[in-house]
Amino acid sequence: MGELTAPNRVEMGGSEAGFATTKVNDLLNWARKYSLFMYPFVTACCGMEFMALTSPRFDLARFGAEAPRFSPRQSDLLWVVGTISQRQAPVLRRIYEQMMDPKWVLAFGTCASSGGFYDNYTTVAGIDKIIPCDVYVPGCPPRPEAVIDGLLLLQDKIAHGDRTPRIVKPRADVVPKDLVAASDLVRGKKERRA
Amino acid sequence: MSQRALDRLKERFGDAVLETSSFRGDETAVVDASRWKEIAEFCRADGQMQFDMLVDLCAVDYPDRLPRLEVVVHLYSIAKRHRLRLKARVGDEDAEGAEIDTLTDVWSGANWFERETFDMFGVKFKGHPDLRRILLYPEFEGHPLLKSYPADKTQPLIPYRTEAEAGVPVDKLAPFRADEGMSFGRKAWSTEKDES
Repeated sequence: MGELTAPNRVEMGGSEAGFATTKVNDLLNWARKYSLFMYPFVTACCGMEFMALTSPRFDLARFGAEAPRFSPRQSDLLWVVGTISQRQAPVLRRIYEQMMDPKWVLAFGTCASSGGFYDNYTTVAGIDKIIPCDVYVPGCPPRPEAVIDGLLLLQDKIAHGDRTPRIVKPRADVVPKDLVAASDLVRGKKERRA
Repeated sequence: MSQRALDRLKERFGDAVLETSSFRGDETAVVDASRWKEIAEFCRADGQMQFDMLVDLCAVDYPDRLPRLEVVVHLYSIAKRHRLRLKARVGDEDAEGAEIDTLTDVWSGANWFERETFDMFGVKFKGHPDLRRILLYPEFEGHPLLKSYPADKTQPLIPYRTEAEAGVPVDKLAPFRADEGMSFGRKAWSTEKDES
């Protein structure tokens, strides 16, 4: 959970040069994971972070999840961004039911994942009480990097046809050594070698 | 400054003003619930008071007191620049039968405040043009801001998925120890007086 698997390679092969063979499912999944049309169901403050995520600085378009579609019938990925109150629960369920298969759900933030600190009469304690959920991204709100991590997890799951729920867990970034050396150079920490 | 407003209220209504208090320019009068509207009209119309703005209307639940609920109104005079807080006590020990006159005829802004107070505490405002729940759904039973309403009780509009459907446990896990989180709300309030 929370770990990306090795990239799903499309094996090139065949007796004749210039041909690529693959399974239809793999090809379809490969196409699907890079063309996720998203339906943002934004209900609360996490929406601010969602805006940051889709704007140029973090640029979700790099991962093929660029186009928001405000019609559930045209979208593949339901982003549940924010607190879901008991009163909104039937609406969210209906939106999910209107989406065409194949469809995925991403819970953005702690409230969507588990209800957060709203342990009372108003709030659905996690959207998985009412609809299936594929990826949970905790955080209040989560950093855009964490959400991008979640999107990559989802793409990984789509490539493998895996529908078990996953959680984005905090983990340290692995910085390549030459990148560290380069940044030290820029900051003037090390002398340029002759 | 609004001490004068308190004095004028006492002079005009006498026994209907049950108690008054004053703290750093924060004047409060507890008044007789049966003369609620009459007093409000006076506050608005009187030349020395001129409370032309209803800032807030809400209620407070005191489970140990009788009458149990307190309807609170905050007034402000734009002309005179002074404030006043009016309170009236209603409801029996189960917070039932809490009735008070509506103030929508005096300040039309009271409309939604009174609907919210009805929604959360069950106070019935006599003469209100449209006394429905405003925040919660019509299917909701009870009034959640009463201390007797369990803090973690939910009333879902649609049935939750079962564990078989979801493939994972969907029951709410206890996030806190008993003394953490909303432990004050998990206290069982009893309105029966202690014999000891």
